Amino acid sequence: MGTHNYNLTEQFEFTGKAKTLSIIAIVIGIAAIGFGFSKETLHERTFANLLLMAYYFACVCMSGAFFLAVQFVAQAGWSASILRVPEAMAKVLPIAVVILLVVIGLGLYTHNLYHHWHAEGLTDPNSENYDKLIDGKSSFLNVPFFMGRQFVFLTVYSVFAYFLAKWSNNEDVEGGLNSYRKSFKYSCVFLVIYGFTTPIFAFDTVMSLEAHWFSTMFGWYNFAAMWVSSLAAIAIILILLRKAGYMSWVNNSHLHNLGQFIFGFSIFWTYVWFAQFMLIYYANIPEETVYFYNRWENYEFWWYLNLVLNFLSPVLLLMDRDNKRQENVLLGVSIVVLCGHWVDYYQMIMPGAVEKGENGFGFIEIGTALGFVGLFTFTVLRALSKKPLIAKNHPFLQESLNHHL
Amino acid sequence: MSNIKYILGSFGDPDEMMHGIDKLQENNIKIHDVYTPMPIHGIEAKLGIKRSRLDVLAFFCGLTGTASAFALIYLTSVVDWRHNIGGKPALALPDFIPIMFELTVLFCAFSLVGAYYASTHLFPGRAPRVMDLRATDDRFIIAIDAKENAEHSVIDGLLKDAGALEVKYNERKYVSYE
Repeated sequence: MGTHNYNLTEQFEFTGKAKTLSIIAIVIGIAAIGFGFSKETLHERTFANLLLMAYYFACVCMSGAFFLAVQFVAQAGWSASILRVPEAMAKVLPIAVVILLVVIGLGLYTHNLYHHWHAEGLTDPNSENYDKLIDGKSSFLNVPFFMGRQFVFLTVYSVFAYFLAKWSNNEDVEGGLNSYRKSFKYSCVFLVIYGFTTPIFAFDTVMSLEAHWFSTMFGWYNFAAMWVSSLAAIAIILILLRKAGYMSWVNNSHLHNLGQFIFGFSIFWTYVWFAQFMLIYYANIPEETVYFYNRWENYEFWWYLNLVLNFLSPVLLLMDRDNKRQENVLLGVSIVVLCGHWVDYYQMIMPGAVEKGENGFGFIEIGTALGFVGLFTFTVLRALSKKPLIAKNHPFLQESLNHHL
Repeated sequence: MSNIKYILGSFGDPDEMMHGIDKLQENNIKIHDVYTPMPIHGIEAKLGIKRSRLDVLAFFCGLTGTASAFALIYLTSVVDWRHNIGGKPALALPDFIPIMFELTVLFCAFSLVGAYYASTHLFPGRAPRVMDLRATDDRFIIAIDAKENAEHSVIDGLLKDAGALEVKYNERKYVSYE
């Protein structure tokens, strides 16, 4: 095998433009949220935006941990030299979890979120607000059990994310195979837990906003969205780091693999999305079609834009082999996919969450999204700057450095 | 004029064979092809083999499948025999998509199998084209066109220096016809 002159102790320095811009974005986000809370009629919409972005933030970070686990369980060699990026995302997960839990808790407390199943008298047969369907679901959809599930799932994900990142750092110091073996074993456990609980997490956090409607595909549909958006985030971070002169060992073949992942899981996302849509369209049962009826009547533009951004653009732009290997094309498509999944979550959350008061697209949406992008950039890059950019004692490191497709 | 058509250098070790390719190329001797029992990393780049255009074929065959499926459903259920199914319009595009998807995959897969057979001459009932039978077992074969390269003794020397266990002079291109 060839010899390399890579600097295996290279460390990212978080200064300059990246830091300034991310702080500016956070300030814009705080301003947008402050503006939203200044007007009574905008409270619901602000909470819906906070939920959207907190959910997106948590999903991208926990899929970073999922990426690590998948690589360990598959004993993948190609990715060994890029694992520090998903590790940084995994390390940020606890912050994202706290934000998501605070948003959900405050939303429930102030009745701005989940008012379809959490309101006065919904489960009281003597009340005029009595809702038989909600009453039937109340053994599952009640505040203590709901918050308990959120807390347990997100804590478990955070603990696994924390230890996967920690063992990788131990490996740098101690060497040997102990850390790798431990990571492999607990990644297997994590994948089983993650696979069974993310659909429930998605049912709770997003689907229960419209508690009368349900779809069994919804969990996997959300899983596909969070996984592909996390892959896009990893690709963007890698490409920008490479452009800034770091991680010279990342070659076009690594980008090719990430491009294949983004391409494949964009199609998987479309597949699940379409499976959910077509069964409801074909069966034409009113209690199910109400979901799409609302979206076609009030959010038609977003509904079609979702497909253009998340299906057509990755399929057409990433199908060609050479395009996957060109960093600018991959960067562009990754940004489109990240924006696309914002649109995806937007049309999932808004119709059910914003009913009284004003809905729409404006400063609150853009500002909140920018704020969370800034927060993600700031926290992930800060986590990334703490450790060397390569896991120098990873057993498959040579395979990754010589990766060639 | 001799009847020798191809000179085959038979190697027992892939690294020695790669070395042999280097030696031949240094002396400007054109290599016809190389046969190995397993994939060798980086050999395409070394021999200057162009990338396969199978993906382009796959794309257009897939598109043909999509178009055929659409034509089939459109002509049967919109033009020729309209049915009221669940009150849907006759041209209910979401219903068409699964069939269009399946025929895309089917056309693509069948035409790729066909293209593979055509390019490798592997049609059922036909003798496979093999230049050296041990290339499918334990030998790494470099084939050189004997008519294009006059200096046979030079080629022989280069191959043996690089570690060829055996150098064959074949009067027929393919041995498997026998």
